[in-house]
Amino acid sequence: MIRFEKVTKVLGGKPVLDGIDFEINRGETFCIVGASGAGKSVTLKHMVRLMTPDDGRILVAGDDVGSATGADLARVRNRFGYLFQSAALLAWLSVAENVALPLREKHDVDEDEILDRVHKTLAMVGLENDGAKVPSEISGGMRKRAGLARAIIESPEIILYDEPTSGLDPVTSRTIDRLIGKLREDLGVTSVVVTHDLHSALAIGTRIAMLNRGRIAEIATPEAFMESSSEEVQRFLAAQYITKEAPWERDQQ
Amino acid sequence: MVTREPEYFPPAENFVAQLGRHVIFFCRAVGQGGLLFLQAVLAMRFALTKRARQEIIVQMFVSGIKSLGVITVVALFTGMILALQTGIELSKFNQEVNIGTAVMVSMLREMGPFMTGLILAACVGSAMAAQLGTMVVSEEIAALEIMSIDPVRFLVMPRLVAMSIMTPLLAFYTCIIGVIGGGIVGASQLGVSWVSYIDNATRFAGAKDLYVGLFKALLFGVVITILSCHEGFATTQGAVGVGYATRKAVLVSFLHVLILGYFVTRLFYV
Ligand SMILES: Nc1ncnc2c1ncn2[C@@H]1O[C@H](COP(=O)(O)OP(=O)(O)O)[C@@H](O)[C@H]1O
Ligand SMILES: [Mg+2]
Repeated sequence: MIRFEKVTKVLGGKPVLDGIDFEINRGETFCIVGASGAGKSVTLKHMVRLMTPDDGRILVAGDDVGSATGADLARVRNRFGYLFQSAALLAWLSVAENVALPLREKHDVDEDEILDRVHKTLAMVGLENDGAKVPSEISGGMRKRAGLARAIIESPEIILYDEPTSGLDPVTSRTIDRLIGKLREDLGVTSVVVTHDLHSALAIGTRIAMLNRGRIAEIATPEAFMESSSEEVQRFLAAQYITKEAPWERDQQ
Repeated sequence: MVTREPEYFPPAENFVAQLGRHVIFFCRAVGQGGLLFLQAVLAMRFALTKRARQEIIVQMFVSGIKSLGVITVVALFTGMILALQTGIELSKFNQEVNIGTAVMVSMLREMGPFMTGLILAACVGSAMAAQLGTMVVSEEIAALEIMSIDPVRFLVMPRLVAMSIMTPLLAFYTCIIGVIGGGIVGASQLGVSWVSYIDNATRFAGAKDLYVGLFKALLFGVVITILSCHEGFATTQGAVGVGYATRKAVLVSFLHVLILGYFVTRLFYV
């Protein structure tokens, strides 16, 4: 579905991505983990051409994203829903208006249907009673869920999550994890989840990739990831108190 | 695409390289501004859709009505100062009744559009740059682009239409208030009655003065909007960048109002 071929990117004079290769299959929940500044957000931005690679190619369902423009680019972007790290809700619109925005601005959908779809989508993320509030009135976790509702209202094939659980308490984080799982089951979407929260990644991921110094240190299923011989992976696991001796139990949803 | 890739330039090696870089950046900014203007004008074909109409009205309120208070005070005192200064000189020749013409013509031709332009640059241009800059920094612009909602059509076009309508109206309002201010000084300090003041003011000012003044105001409105939106979109470096973009938007708008004002006057009156 998404394929990175030897993607390199230099930002601020230093290489951020240094020959990244991986492929994400349809229906997967692919987690990208790594320390802050490892280039996780940059990797996501390449998938929707918010950034273009200096070298290498990125293919989304066969389309070369790096060179797409105009209608081609719109078609590629149409496949995606993107949950930004900051949720990126428009500050002057209410939650419901934010979620309705793509429908109202782009499609000729009539108002009753819009309201209906907005309500259903908000209910999916558990915000059915908060549609009238503006983003500054709600908590960080609610903003993330509102951003998610906006990302999925056009029924994308792929959802990109940038740090969906960062800055949230553990309980809310697990709620978001469950939501990601539920969306995958209900809508059959492909998910790419960027996170530095390994607990999340191990719980929801079908495969986990670890980014380190612009390269992929490991790509593996959660079980294999735990057993990885890579030193970076083991250090990252240890830093989050996840050890082989006390095996992590997959979250029972 | 409005979203720009971050750029990095190693520190310039010497003065010439530094200067050359400034020249290139300047030319590029002119090009980007021109392009933004063209895109916004092209997007005006959607100006009559229901959503756009609502947004335009909101922007007219934000840019116009909210600046009305400041504009009134500034216009009143501009007229009063004009009347006082010319009145003092003219009274040496017993010509103080001609302050009517002096105030009317200079308000219509120059001071009305000029003062309106400066105030709108300071109040509205800065707000536009700050708002769009914040949206860039908090990835809202990027979010719009991923949803394939054109930020130029969604954000710049309504502002451009609103300012193109409001700036000439406000400039005209400024003229009227200025003339009233002149009349107050005339009546209270120079002994010119309201009747002779108004008679004098309306006798010599021609339609051309009005048209050129309004045209100037329209130009200022367009330039302030495009420059401010351009600076907002060009924001980098987080919250600090927003402050920097705002400052630059106001500064550059001021300069343009001054310089363009001169050239329009030269074009029509020389
Ligand atoms: N807009 C930018 N301009 C310059 N450097 C950037 C920019 N965005 C990211 N970088 C650099 O790229 C690196 C990776 O950033 P990012 O992908 O945001 O990290 P993270 O893995 O925490 O999401 C960082 O070292 C950062 O300095
Ligand atoms: Mg990040």
